Amino acid sequence: MNKAMNNLRSTSAGLSSLIVVFILWEVVCRMFHVRDIMLPRPSQIFAELGAEAAWYASHSAYTLMTTLAGFALSVVGGVLIAIGLVGSRLFERFLFPLIVGFNSVPKVALAPLFVVWLGTGAEPKIAIAFLIAVFAIIVDTVHGLRSVPGDVIDLGRVLKGSAWDFFFKVKLPSALPSMVAGMKVAMSLALVGAIVGEFVSSQRGLGYIIMSAQGTFDTVRVFAALFILAAMGLVLYGLLAWLERHATPWRNTGHE
Amino acid sequence: MTMIAVQAQEVCKQYPGARGVQALSGITAAIPAGQFVSILGPSGCGKSTFLRCVAGLEKVSGGALSVHGVPVQGPPDDIGMVFQRDALLEWRTIRNNILLPVEFARKQPRAYQEKVDYLLRLTGLRDFATSYPRELSGGMRQRAAICRALVDDPKLLLMDEPFGALDAFTRDQMNFELQRIWMEIRNTVLFVTHGISEAVFLGDAVMVFSPRPGRLLETIPIDLPRPRPLSLRETPEFGRYVAHIRSLFETMGSATGKGAQ
Repeated sequence: MNKAMNNLRSTSAGLSSLIVVFILWEVVCRMFHVRDIMLPRPSQIFAELGAEAAWYASHSAYTLMTTLAGFALSVVGGVLIAIGLVGSRLFERFLFPLIVGFNSVPKVALAPLFVVWLGTGAEPKIAIAFLIAVFAIIVDTVHGLRSVPGDVIDLGRVLKGSAWDFFFKVKLPSALPSMVAGMKVAMSLALVGAIVGEFVSSQRGLGYIIMSAQGTFDTVRVFAALFILAAMGLVLYGLLAWLERHATPWRNTGHE
Repeated sequence: MTMIAVQAQEVCKQYPGARGVQALSGITAAIPAGQFVSILGPSGCGKSTFLRCVAGLEKVSGGALSVHGVPVQGPPDDIGMVFQRDALLEWRTIRNNILLPVEFARKQPRAYQEKVDYLLRLTGLRDFATSYPRELSGGMRQRAAICRALVDDPKLLLMDEPFGALDAFTRDQMNFELQRIWMEIRNTVLFVTHGISEAVFLGDAVMVFSPRPGRLLETIPIDLPRPRPLSLRETPEFGRYVAHIRSLFETMGSATGKGAQ
């Protein structure tokens, strides 16, 4: 009850600050006669979004699909790689330098290569989104799997459970909070990857809208796409925050 | 003839490496089944190492160690262990934490519900079966950890400074509670502590360890009737045991002092 009130209050506070910014923006643009091509007014941007809603929706759906696909792949791949890294010293010795080295390459710079390899469809975008996001998942999952306290590991040994039981009943739940933290970061990164992929070569998606509109100096359209991206990022992050609360119910019960 | 629960013959523990610490040296002891034995010594004397060797968590580097007649190679069957920090899993309710050993042993948790209820009653946690560990105080958490160690009726219970992280009042209360619980269960207990009073109050016998390398100075039988009330600690008999152990540490301290000169 109290919690719901608090939630409502913080949501409305965030919303009202957003409205204030839009009003200020509108007023400043009108007062100083800022040219549309430099900075369109929020009212123009919302009008544009309203007028072409279906068109924006289809491009947004495309970007959302590639983002989610890249994110899902990064979660599956990242968790598996992290389990391998923690579980086998040989695997770690073999793979860790590779991962560190690969992570130091700016992944954005690889985007043109993926177009060469995978063409101009959705695949290269998904691949880039995956590649940018996967490291966050690996790092946080490894951290989580390694954070099992020594006493708990000893307990597992004394109880002589199978490695399987120990992994699924002790290690993985221990790692879950940091895995979800990694997912939050990975989700934002996957969105970056999808947009970068669309910048490089695409006929669809919000990244494509931004690039093509920029080419014709249609700044209103660029901002419209940016607004959608901001909203999309917020919603995806909010979903993961919600998942975090519901996947770890033991964390928000009890007294402090 | 009494059964021997833990048999140690010249047990040594040297950690590997050029500067490997020698933690235990020549520990010989026979702990009869059904006894509550306190293992007492200053910090870093190897008493926890000895317990970890009995639990099969560490290998002895010399001598022979057996539990219930079986040489220790890895954790023995039929043991329960309580750690200094309770090692409860935060995402499981108290009941499910207590059932963890049952699940790991691939037995039916349903068959143990009554046992869990009994243990929860015994430890005064009846109302907390569905609570998460976070919701419990330190003393209650440790009681839940004791329930978990006892759920599958271990013949040998190993306790590694279980009340070391608790405040003095809770600790006193837990000592009393543990005695009461143990008098119901009557299995063999090895209880590691650095509190002299705690060791004497709880033990049928106290094994006194010297500082590193840990040697067994003396095993003192504690001949005080049970149940022992907390006020027993103010009596002259109790005081004599405590004074005797103190003097052991003092002579040992001066002896090692001379050795250093």
